[in-house]
Amino acid sequence: MFRYIVRRLLQMVLTFFGATFVVYALMFANVDDPFQALVGDRPLTDSQRAALNARYHLDDGFFTQYWHYVKGLLTGDFGMSLTGRPIAEMLAQAWPVTVRLALLSIVIAAVLAVGAGVLSGLRRGGVFDTVTLVLTLIVLAMPIVVLAPLAQLIFGIQLGWFPPTATRDANLYELLLPALVLGSLVVATQLRVTRSSVAENLRADYVRTARAKGLAPRRVIGVHVLRNSLIPVITLIGVDIGALMSGAVVTEGVFNIPGVGFNLFRGVRTEDGPLVVGFVSVLVIVFLVINLIVDLLYAALDPRIRYE
Amino acid sequence: MTDITARLDALPGLDPRAPLLQVNDLHVEFRTRDGVARAVNGVDLWLNPGETLAVVGESGCGKSVTAQAIMGILDTPPAHVTGGEVLYRGVDLLRLPETDRRGVRANRIAMIFQDALSALNPVYTVGFQLAELFRVHRGTSRREAKRRAVELLDQVRIPDARRRVDDYPHQFSGGMRQRVMIAMALALDPEVLIADEPTTALDVTVQAQIMSLLAELQRQRDMGLILITHDMGVVADVADRIAVMYAGKVVEEAPVHDLYAHPGHAYTKALLESIPRLDFKGQPLSVIRGLPPALTDLPSGCAFHPRCAYAREICRLEPPPAYRIAPQRITSCHFVREVLGV
Repeated sequence: MFRYIVRRLLQMVLTFFGATFVVYALMFANVDDPFQALVGDRPLTDSQRAALNARYHLDDGFFTQYWHYVKGLLTGDFGMSLTGRPIAEMLAQAWPVTVRLALLSIVIAAVLAVGAGVLSGLRRGGVFDTVTLVLTLIVLAMPIVVLAPLAQLIFGIQLGWFPPTATRDANLYELLLPALVLGSLVVATQLRVTRSSVAENLRADYVRTARAKGLAPRRVIGVHVLRNSLIPVITLIGVDIGALMSGAVVTEGVFNIPGVGFNLFRGVRTEDGPLVVGFVSVLVIVFLVINLIVDLLYAALDPRIRYE
Repeated sequence: MTDITARLDALPGLDPRAPLLQVNDLHVEFRTRDGVARAVNGVDLWLNPGETLAVVGESGCGKSVTAQAIMGILDTPPAHVTGGEVLYRGVDLLRLPETDRRGVRANRIAMIFQDALSALNPVYTVGFQLAELFRVHRGTSRREAKRRAVELLDQVRIPDARRRVDDYPHQFSGGMRQRVMIAMALALDPEVLIADEPTTALDVTVQAQIMSLLAELQRQRDMGLILITHDMGVVADVADRIAVMYAGKVVEEAPVHDLYAHPGHAYTKALLESIPRLDFKGQPLSVIRGLPPALTDLPSGCAFHPRCAYAREICRLEPPPAYRIAPQRITSCHFVREVLGV
């Protein structure tokens, strides 16, 4: 187990450098004229341009620039955004709100998905099962670029049940509507996986044994079927947490939540290379760590899995 | 909690002098989209304490379905018990309320299954799965239940039981897993044990160990054992009586030695002739032609007639009655005389 964790951590180092390198190269290739993008319509003098180029090492070759960047990263220096703010500070402000949003939405999604999934798995072909099937299909078919503004318009503006936008210090209630929208990305898949997992485990031989032991149906399902059925679902939920933290670009944009996705989107639009690479680097780490935790959790849930 | 044992002893109609287990005219069908499969079509069985009844027959003849119907663990739907009785000491289990029925399971009638690996829950330790019985049925404390679990593992001769009680099913070998299954079935001292092909998934030496363990535990406890198998070799060693099933019916029932010496049904005879024998080495093995009938479309008359060497017109037209050809010997064959050679 310990050796497995060490090996995974070493793999993470490689993945981290690979991912930042690729993102860095992409931003490097994409950069057209960041300073013009920065100043907008105003003119930029040659001397200003030269000074900025020198400050951001933009005259150096690609590898030299990457080297400068990685050196900074390893010493904890994320550098400055092209807007002149330290990226570390932006990260510190953006992450808490994104984490809150992602966790709130995964909790809502998981509770809904597992609850409804177990029920429809137990009564396959019943009314509840059919209704959830139709609903999940609708949710799956609805892209978030449609769902987010629609939810904002209906529940935020017309009905006024929720505030239509959220701030950096948003409380859970303000984040509820965006969290619901965000959760819709993952709830359908989780529900279907739960349902098929429950249905499959109900047919397993050990369920027959549990019944032969004279256990009440509630115990057969609650103790024997559920634990086995939830193994794949937990894995999925773990992976989804990572996806929600990074996938909140549209939702955060629509609801004006100053989180990671919001900053990332702005960085891409303004060709702010350091900002994009900085945010993606942290995202990569978060993703890798969550994946590692999920894998370890998997072993804890299923005793047949042992990591050497 | 109410004491389950006391409640079971007070079941209405319970008669200690009545036969331990008696199945009368049991019918089970599976209603599926492709039609109705008649898996069990009037099975009659009986079992006394301390006795071993072997139920033999080809795959799909309804042996396991009969066993699961006795236990009351058929999946309904698609399976439906459409008729008959399952009498435990005179009480018809099929008419018991669900809570009493549940109490009968494991406490009075227990069952072990063919593949112990899939029959045990992979994510709980064997100790948990054993202790669960005491905790649910006896209200025993966690600690005491675990102590009893270790005791049981000891009884089925699992070495180092104290340590192994915390292991998971996949950490045991096939034979050891089947021992765990047996321990689980015997935990609450049932009077009847139904063993559904308990040794099929094991290799031959382990088979013998498991069978002798079962026989020994049965003797100690004076327990009735229904042994479901398709291995005629296993049966000869351990069974007292044999019930041969074909297409959901018991076609012949007899004390084991009588049946081997003088089969009274054309199917039994064909079944025995298809066992490879050392003294027939080099000769072609006799087989039963064709396949077991589809349960959705059973042949008329005697279900065995399309495959039977003795079959004549009457076999196609009329189902054979049950002939009592000796005490404890029943056979349902129109040509019982010819089969017996008398």
